[in-house]
Amino acid sequence: MYEFNYHRPASLDAAASALSGAGEGKIVAGGMTLIPTLKQRLAQPSDLIDLSAIADLKGISEDGGSIVIGAMTTHAEVADNATVKAKIPALADLAEGIGDIQVRNRGTIGGSIANADPAADYPGGLVGLGATVRTNKREIAADDFFTGMFETALAEDEIVTAVAFPVPDKAAYAKFANPASRYAIVGVLVSQGAGGVRVAVTGAGPSVFRVTEMEQALASNFSAAAIEGIAVPADGLNSDIHASAEYRAHLVGVMARRAVAAAG
Amino acid sequence: MPDTGIGASVRRKEDQRFLTGKGRYTDDLNRPGQVHAVFVRSPHAHATVASVNIAAAAAAPGVIAVLTGKDMEADGVGSLPCGWTVTDKHGEPHKAPDHFPLVRDKVRYVGDHVAVVLAESAIQAKDAAELVEVDYQMLPANVDPSKAMDGPLLHDNAPSNLCYDWELGDQAAVDEALSRAAHVTTVDLVNNRLIPNAIEPRAAIAEFDTGTDSYTLYSTSQNPHLLRLILCAFVLGIPESKLRVIAPDVGGGFGSKIYCYAEETVCTWAARKTGRPVKWTGERSESFLADAHGRDHMTRVQLGMDAEGKFVAMKVDTTANLGAYLSNFATCVPTYLYATLLAGQYTTPVIHCNVKAVFTNTAPVDAYRGAGRPEATYVIERVVEAAAREIGVDPAELRKRNFVPPDAFPYATPVALTYDSGQYALAMDKALELIDYAGFPARREASKAKGKLRGIGFSAYIEACGIAPSAVVGSLGAGVGLYESGQVRFNPTGTVSVFTGSHSHGQGHETTFSQLVSDTLGVPIENVEVVHGDTGSIPFGMGTYGSRSLAVGGSALSKACDKIIEKGKKIAAHLMEASVDDIEFDQGTFRVAGTDKEKAIGEIAFAAYVPHNYPEDLEPGLDETSFYDPLNFTYPAGTHVCELEIDPETGVIEIADWAAVDDFGKVVNPMIVEGQVHGGIAQGVGQAMLENCVYDADGQLLTGSYMDYCMPRADDLPSFKVETTETPCPHNPLGVKGCGEAGAIAAPAAFMNAVTDALGTEDIAMPASPEKVWRIAQAAQAAE
Amino acid sequence: MPSVTMTVNGQQVTRDVEGRTLLTDFLRQDLALTGTHVGCDTSQCGACVVHVDGKSVKACTMLAVQAEGAEVTTIEGLAQNGELHPMQAAFKEHHGLQCGFCTPGMVMSAVDLVNTKGEASETEIRDWLEGNICRCTGYHNIVKAIQAGAKAMRS
Repeated sequence: MYEFNYHRPASLDAAASALSGAGEGKIVAGGMTLIPTLKQRLAQPSDLIDLSAIADLKGISEDGGSIVIGAMTTHAEVADNATVKAKIPALADLAEGIGDIQVRNRGTIGGSIANADPAADYPGGLVGLGATVRTNKREIAADDFFTGMFETALAEDEIVTAVAFPVPDKAAYAKFANPASRYAIVGVLVSQGAGGVRVAVTGAGPSVFRVTEMEQALASNFSAAAIEGIAVPADGLNSDIHASAEYRAHLVGVMARRAVAAAG
Repeated sequence: MPDTGIGASVRRKEDQRFLTGKGRYTDDLNRPGQVHAVFVRSPHAHATVASVNIAAAAAAPGVIAVLTGKDMEADGVGSLPCGWTVTDKHGEPHKAPDHFPLVRDKVRYVGDHVAVVLAESAIQAKDAAELVEVDYQMLPANVDPSKAMDGPLLHDNAPSNLCYDWELGDQAAVDEALSRAAHVTTVDLVNNRLIPNAIEPRAAIAEFDTGTDSYTLYSTSQNPHLLRLILCAFVLGIPESKLRVIAPDVGGGFGSKIYCYAEETVCTWAARKTGRPVKWTGERSESFLADAHGRDHMTRVQLGMDAEGKFVAMKVDTTANLGAYLSNFATCVPTYLYATLLAGQYTTPVIHCNVKAVFTNTAPVDAYRGAGRPEATYVIERVVEAAAREIGVDPAELRKRNFVPPDAFPYATPVALTYDSGQYALAMDKALELIDYAGFPARREASKAKGKLRGIGFSAYIEACGIAPSAVVGSLGAGVGLYESGQVRFNPTGTVSVFTGSHSHGQGHETTFSQLVSDTLGVPIENVEVVHGDTGSIPFGMGTYGSRSLAVGGSALSKACDKIIEKGKKIAAHLMEASVDDIEFDQGTFRVAGTDKEKAIGEIAFAAYVPHNYPEDLEPGLDETSFYDPLNFTYPAGTHVCELEIDPETGVIEIADWAAVDDFGKVVNPMIVEGQVHGGIAQGVGQAMLENCVYDADGQLLTGSYMDYCMPRADDLPSFKVETTETPCPHNPLGVKGCGEAGAIAAPAAFMNAVTDALGTEDIAMPASPEKVWRIAQAAQAAE
Repeated sequence: MPSVTMTVNGQQVTRDVEGRTLLTDFLRQDLALTGTHVGCDTSQCGACVVHVDGKSVKACTMLAVQAEGAEVTTIEGLAQNGELHPMQAAFKEHHGLQCGFCTPGMVMSAVDLVNTKGEASETEIRDWLEGNICRCTGYHNIVKAIQAGAKAMRS
């Protein structure tokens, strides 16, 4: 790791000014991706701004028809939260399946989505549930938030503060994990709610994407059988030593059907 | 003392320190004034090193020195040797290219050692290492062992990148028998390359004492005396008496910590050069790049049978990848530890094996848990299973037809070994019962009803442990003897210090050897202390690998105990005024036969150290050493059965059940033995289901971390059903055989035989990854 | 150089550290608590697991400065008054360790499991251990040890 200046601001404003005042500032939330990256010397920030002292960024609350999760809420807290389990059990399941318990005890929803790893679970969760990302500047629909591999709509000095998830009528997440890293080779979140049916796929492509053909089929008949024949093209999907694009395309179908079946 | 004696599951003495964080591993140690070493490693698989510019690094904060291969050359440091000379089929010794600890002119694999940076702190050394400028002139990489002989040349003195072309057995007889066989089964197999991954990364601290002109090296070694011998006699040219090697607590080895590597060599040399203790702790990424890897064979095997399914001949043709340089024992693994085991448990009368060993631009390959024997077992047990399927005979039945029968021992195989003892059908029958083989068809139907594919697979393995005797291995090219030493030292007040040349890095020797000595001498186990891993205190020993510790090291201790008892009898005879011939020893007490006169062994020890009333012709002290050179290998054997279920929609495999019945001869501590079996199975399943070392065509390691190299985890594995049969080894004093590698030897074939059973094809290579399995299952479904 | 204050095994400690100092290095080098081990550099092996404010975390993936004000428990802090913690005792009784290198992390992870979930099935235990790699035991006896340790902790 290269040396950096460490900051632990107590407020969001202080964090934002530390970020804008830094030469090459980087925010650390749970640090589950950033610290390994720094250890491997793949990044060299001048300043590290730790959000852990900002109380406003933590916690889970209900806001109208939505569940709002503070950016610094850990995966373990989401997985264990009674409200999340009652209202969006698919989201609790998704959080429970991220990394291992030690990662879940440190890793946060804000950190995960800001990093936008193509194999992370939360992008599938946000897009699949039609969530809204709240930042210190604005609100961004999940569909617009993830713009590419490790790319988001966040501006340089913008900080995620919370994510609001509308409560769906039903939803489920099915994941095929990389046997080594346990990241998603393919993760599919299927939901049905006020905004219609959503089928979001993470892991398979450079960034999370929706499968509109499946969404349309499920809108008229929410059953695994309804999407049986719908194939996702392998073109443009990720390919590595663990799974070819063709296999990933196949798994999107399998995981989607399993998610639909689990959603009931 | 039935609760702590031989045969009891005594809880381990070493656990207290490990469980409370008080273990002392090499990286836990620090020496006053130490500097930290970081290696500059090649990012390229094959390149000429035109120049190394150290100026910027040497000027960086905290840097003490930046050293290169030129510095080592100037100091006359030699090449890391290969300790086993294999003579090829033309009578020529194997090609032995130089292997300098820091390269002189060329790098040959990603991770090869170019320079070392020494600094006050590890992080300063790492910062400075980035400033070393190396001018690499790229060369094409030679990565694929199947094409290595036609690829770019690694070493000038190894034409065609061939280390040796070697054979064992009577080729003409085999060809003739195969031509007359009623049926010949042919299988092509890949034994996938593995990275050992002991959880403690390698580390070393070396220091030089100018007052005594001597070195001390703390190292993560499985065999400190061997490391000392190699460093002193072959590489650094220092007297053995001037180097003390200490291998403290070591966090697993599995073979990878047998060898003398570049890193500890450089630390030892640099400690004198800089006048400061030098510490290096490897990072996991470095373990992936530069620990000796394992396996990496490609093999075609043909098995001939007569009309009754009796094996008449077997022919094996293997290409073995040795990597870029020869690690210390690389040459013997695909030859004497592999081809000699190809008879398996069977009476196959003629066998021929040809092995071509090649150099590639990959990390050196050497012994890894099982070393040659897993490769042999995989060849035999896969072809036997395939043969059973081809001729339509139950695979368990076919094996039984061909087992060496219990009354045939000692049994001379056609591939140079003589098996000591065994009851192969007994283990097989017990395994069939444990797995409920009779109930398998019903379970398969139940799986089918759920849309799953169920398979069952066998592996009736044999292994050769405690490689020996020295005279034989010497005649086959070994550069060392393969005895073991043991010293049993009574202290005046009756406690016992036991010194063994074996080294424990997870095996629990402090407990097992204490049991052995306690039981033999009748001393409470808590009064026995086992000392190992320090050349400054133990007699010359050969260390721990090849499941040798109890069979060879334990036998040495047993012999030393015998000497203690013999001497004790003389002292007891004097004290009790009786004839030595009348003294009996039992459970810690010397008695005059037929009388009530007796002396406890503690009293005898006291008399030996305070010899006020003592035989005139006897030396004081009660301290005996024995060197034990076995008469033969020991031959543990057994049957493992794997049952598993495949989800054809995803290709995911779930192990449903695992039965292991092993024969290790006499068992000293059943708890420890079972633990060894569990761990071995996990490593074998790891190879077959999950683990794979992959280089790309340029020689870049694609599986360089746990993100991509798939280690078996708790949720990948079931609990195992483990039992034993007991056929004592007839040629060592304890009747023991060795248990450390059995699981890793047996498991891959059992697993893959179950996979191929479920899928209905032989054509799948390890590891049986979900995508491979899915493709086969999908093709089968499409064909239906 | 920033200063950090935390409570480690019940004792408050304050040290000046570089911002880039990992919690593992702080424990092992600054405090000489070498029971916390480092087995990988990608946050997967779990040999470094400690408790921070009662939850298991990987000390190799946390900066020392991030533990400001925290209660940290390492393997050295588990046994009390010379008595093994019930989970440590269960690992010994059931031979849940061989080389001992992964053991501190494994035990700390197991204690967190029991504190978090109470009772756990074999499947739940195996799932919980996703972040702890053992190369020696094949996990069989670790699972048995945790089952027994959980029982002992609850009684």
